[in-house]
Amino acid sequence: MSLFDWFANRRKTGPIGKERQEREIADGLWTKCESCSVLTYTKDLRANQMVCLDCGHHLRVFSDERIRQLADANTWTPIDEALKSMDPLKFRDRKTYSDRLREMQEKTGLIDAVQTGIAKLESLPIALGVMDFRFMGGSMGSVVGEKLTRLIERGTRERLPVIIVCASGGARMQEGMLSLMQMAKISGALSRHQEARLLYIPVLTHPTTGGVTASFAMLGDIILAEPKATIGFAGRRVVEQTLREKLPEGFQSAEYLLQHGFVDAIVPRTQLKKTLAQLIRLHQPAAQSSRFGVHVAEMAPTPPRHLGGPKTELV
Amino acid sequence: MTSAERKPILLDFEKPLTELETRISQIRELAEENDVDVSDQIRQLEARAVQLRKEIFSSLSPSQRLQVARHPRRPSTLDYIQAISDEWMELHGDRCGFDDPAVVGGVAYLAGQPVVMLGQQKGRDTKDNILRNFGMASPGGYRKAIRLMEHADRFSMPILTFIDTPAAWPGLDAEQFGQGEAIAYNLREMFHFDVPIICTVIGEGGSGGALGIGVGDRLLMMEHSIYSVAPPEACAAILWRDSSRATQAAEALKITAPDLKQLGIIDEILPEPVGGAHSDPLQATEILRKALLRHLEELNQMTGQQRRELRYQKFRKIGFFAEMSA
Repeated sequence: MSLFDWFANRRKTGPIGKERQEREIADGLWTKCESCSVLTYTKDLRANQMVCLDCGHHLRVFSDERIRQLADANTWTPIDEALKSMDPLKFRDRKTYSDRLREMQEKTGLIDAVQTGIAKLESLPIALGVMDFRFMGGSMGSVVGEKLTRLIERGTRERLPVIIVCASGGARMQEGMLSLMQMAKISGALSRHQEARLLYIPVLTHPTTGGVTASFAMLGDIILAEPKATIGFAGRRVVEQTLREKLPEGFQSAEYLLQHGFVDAIVPRTQLKKTLAQLIRLHQPAAQSSRFGVHVAEMAPTPPRHLGGPKTELV
Repeated sequence: MTSAERKPILLDFEKPLTELETRISQIRELAEENDVDVSDQIRQLEARAVQLRKEIFSSLSPSQRLQVARHPRRPSTLDYIQAISDEWMELHGDRCGFDDPAVVGGVAYLAGQPVVMLGQQKGRDTKDNILRNFGMASPGGYRKAIRLMEHADRFSMPILTFIDTPAAWPGLDAEQFGQGEAIAYNLREMFHFDVPIICTVIGEGGSGGALGIGVGDRLLMMEHSIYSVAPPEACAAILWRDSSRATQAAEALKITAPDLKQLGIIDEILPEPVGGAHSDPLQATEILRKALLRHLEELNQMTGQQRRELRYQKFRKIGFFAEMSA
């Protein structure tokens, strides 16, 4: 049944009361687009990877959903699931860090702010990391740092391309300097991945800021971003306070970064998997073929006509 | 460095000390006027003053250390570079269109060995501070730093970096020119170098801005310097929604040298003269110089490959987590 048929049927039963509408939103049956306020049947929205059918706005997607979108069915093998944050600083702001962690774990069902694993993407084996903004704003502490480092190290060892979907407010203050040092630790692992001439593609989603931007988010061989995602180093409020003036519209958006040369392409979510697959194929070693005396050009994969498919704008 | 005529800048916790010192000079004047011998009492009081200074500076709270770390007379990167090197020449520019005055660096001889030294430079007075943007580097500053480090690696010169910055510059221009990318690039590239790298926090180590020149084989910290994931004021604003809670944030964040030694983040604490580096810059310089030479000697014994492995493992092991058995 298409959405329109559904509407047509539904109209016959009379207008939907406001109360019922609200109840159905609460039940998750309907989802309201944050940008154009149009209500969409959640199932249809999900089928379109949470991209508004009306205005193309990219609604937030969290790690489980994201993994479903990127990994081929039944190919996701999570790794290092048993890593759990501790509270080395005995940190307490308005709440203790331990309480905050426990609450977050209960609320999200996640252990920390990133899921890592091995998967296949259009049959291509990859090492995949997906950050989850729900868990303390996707902030990076020891566990996020360790899991991503192990993921990259495994990618290097097994000669896999590494894909990291970023969504983070930056370093996790509750772990103090330990968090800051994770930036260096992950960058170190990426330096070895690079030395092994292996591919790394970060995908910057809304929002990617702070210490994540100042480390692995900006270290991709190729950097992709989702439309309108906020990407920046200093938070918008900090910049505004520093300069004591309002910032221009679109500042720190994916489009702004593209314009200034810091990302390679803005890829709509519906095209993301396909684009990643094309890029990975394009970078697969042709060296193997030349070793057997075959001319590289003959063996190299045919370059796709449009890198991102018909809907992708590679500006 | 400090000159005798300059009026000392006093921190609020130094008050009891200054009161005592004023009293000593008053007594001395009175005694001279009335021609009385009080040298015994004065000697006692002076001994008490020395004792008091020691007590105050050995039990500084994190936020007091922050004040010492930010002391306007605290020796800066250029002070140290000029004082520890036999000869030095400053080099300029990132070769991408900028020469950020908040980052200084160049080639030098240190005890006869050619080295590259660089670091963030705070201003020595208001005018200088405006020029140097209070030691807050722009992307051009980080690119200048990595350009100098690449130079060092090419000519097999050890790299000595000095960290002293409140933060990376959070301005519109910085975002436009890729502050995040500039820092990230340095973090990765510093792992590639074969030459020894020693990083020393000499004053304020402000988050990613500090780390951008802070990936080394050794990470040293001056006793009263601090190194923080975020400026305590910013952290208070985020976590307590109240920037006046900075004192509390400074405590909670564990930003002092002893705390960071305990967390396994830094390798060594360099003691400062009683009263902080600004009270005796010459002694502070000598302590720094000796420590750098000692570490350099150790690192010079290794091969480039060994140093890279050491650097990798040094950062690889940082972090606290539990691994539940599956």
